[in-house]
Amino acid sequence: MRAVCYYGRQDVRVETVPDPEILNPRDAIIRVTATAICGSDLHIYGGYIPTMQKGDVLGHEFMGEVMEVGRENHRLKPGERVVVPFTIACGQCFFCKEQLWSLCDNSNPNAWVAEKLYGYSASGLFGYSHMYGGYAGGQAEYVRVPFADVGPLRVPASLRDEQVLFLSDVFPTGYMAAENCQIAPGDTVAVWGCGPVGQFAIQSAFLLGAERVIAIDRFPERLALASSFSKAEVLDYSRVDVLDALRELTGGQGPDACIDAVGLESHGTTLDAWYDRAKTSMSLATDRPHALRQAINACRKGGTVSIPGVYGGWLDKFPLGAAFAKGLTLKMGQTHMHRYMPRLLDHIERGNIDPSFIITHRVGLEDAPEMYEAFRAKEDACVKVVMTPGGPAARPAGDRSASS
Amino acid sequence: MATAIVAYGLSRRSLPGVAIAAAAAPFAYRGITGEWPGLSNGVADTRVALAGGRGIHVREAVRLEVPLEAVYAFWRRLENLPRFMSHLREVRDLGGGRSHWVAEGPAGAAVEWDAEIINEIPNEVIGWRSMPGSDVASAGSVRFSTARQGRSTQVSIHLQYATPGGRPAQLLAFVLGHDPAHMIREDLRRMKQLLEAGEIPRAAEGATA
Repeated sequence: MRAVCYYGRQDVRVETVPDPEILNPRDAIIRVTATAICGSDLHIYGGYIPTMQKGDVLGHEFMGEVMEVGRENHRLKPGERVVVPFTIACGQCFFCKEQLWSLCDNSNPNAWVAEKLYGYSASGLFGYSHMYGGYAGGQAEYVRVPFADVGPLRVPASLRDEQVLFLSDVFPTGYMAAENCQIAPGDTVAVWGCGPVGQFAIQSAFLLGAERVIAIDRFPERLALASSFSKAEVLDYSRVDVLDALRELTGGQGPDACIDAVGLESHGTTLDAWYDRAKTSMSLATDRPHALRQAINACRKGGTVSIPGVYGGWLDKFPLGAAFAKGLTLKMGQTHMHRYMPRLLDHIERGNIDPSFIITHRVGLEDAPEMYEAFRAKEDACVKVVMTPGGPAARPAGDRSASS
Repeated sequence: MATAIVAYGLSRRSLPGVAIAAAAAPFAYRGITGEWPGLSNGVADTRVALAGGRGIHVREAVRLEVPLEAVYAFWRRLENLPRFMSHLREVRDLGGGRSHWVAEGPAGAAVEWDAEIINEIPNEVIGWRSMPGSDVASAGSVRFSTARQGRSTQVSIHLQYATPGGRPAQLLAFVLGHDPAHMIREDLRRMKQLLEAGEIPRAAEGATA
């Protein structure tokens, strides 16, 4: 089959690799009909995620048709159309029973590696390094799904792939980020990063009762999307002092909750951002937490900082003093996907939200290397790339052929 | 994987300390097997080799969401052990509390020994030791208890084997690898996965995994 493979920093290739097979009794094999590139795939592309190996199949946002199931999978049948959560969960351990699905005890075959780094291991993930299990990802024609009697969600024929694909990660991730804010009626929520997770966090914050959402980014197309589709007030951090602006917009009190939908590769124009950049480029630090620092400083006393953005290592100049002094609550972690997928499918079916609004690029799988680069460089107003394996390269003629 | 681990500077786990005061020796032995020394039959050489808390001790524990009785029954059927203990090829129950163990030895050769259960309290503890004259000298116990007001089951394993020196100890040291604590911990993890999830998770082999 054809698959998008990792070969090193800013080097992904579409290769022919062996088809996946059923390895365990609860497995399923899915024929992928749609798959997306996630902002967190860019952390891999940028070389920030340890324990990647050359040839690893990428991708954790995908959906498709069930082709085959293992002998103990009594829930799925061949031919069913499903969207697959990016976190892999057994459904039986303490964490799954507590609805902490992304912390499943039994789905990471390489748990001991993560334990060395983090004390305990979170769940296995598709296409996201060997530390998270070494599972092949879904940017491919076919994918093996472990514990497929727990994760995949059947989707009705009345909804198009594009409407349900983002149930695999970014919609639930934005939703949990907003839920973690413990929004009370009348609250103001500030969101750093207007990529797909940021957009869904904004819309989810409104769904959960926020009165105002203020969105922060610097790319005009993303700010425009936040303003027009997600109905947020927007701040361009390259033009205004974010802390001053947020103070002013909230009558000197600060937002009730702040969401860092940026993660470890934060940009920024202030001194600390350049310091982070220098340190990470010399491998003296692993993460660049500029957005997170700002979120902590901006948040009102007693407020909540919610972190859906991915962090992997050790943070420098983390303003714990500010968080302590203001009595903040910090909430973070990979999304407990299985908890949110059914209710968000319900929102889509009722027409409360159509997640396809974030898609800017519809292409074939063979276009992946070019699309990774465009997404990384934010070229061509790239916000979300959806790839159709086996489908035609659907890019408009001419306009992206020159990018490398 | 290997390069990544080196990159993170992950060091091997050190062996647990072995010093136990001589005065505590009988208590140490009892702690391992759940049995007072001198109360069981047979020639004493396993006890001599391991007396006074001598040798290498490995202690690991794991908690799982499976009823205690089911976990105990799984362990008590010794033939199940090779399903999650990667170094074991086979365990045969010989009856009368005795069993024959076959493990992976140097250069693919089998290391074999007989063991006997010397303490057994249903749903609480299984304690065993290797029989005199075996290739290896070891003793151990598995304890079963509940946690979280009875909702979870905890399995605690305590393994002791003779300090490297003699041939039996060298063979067992080979079987358990350079890092016995890590190996036993991974064995317990596989046991938990098998009993909770019904399967041991794995990714496809090779670079495309």
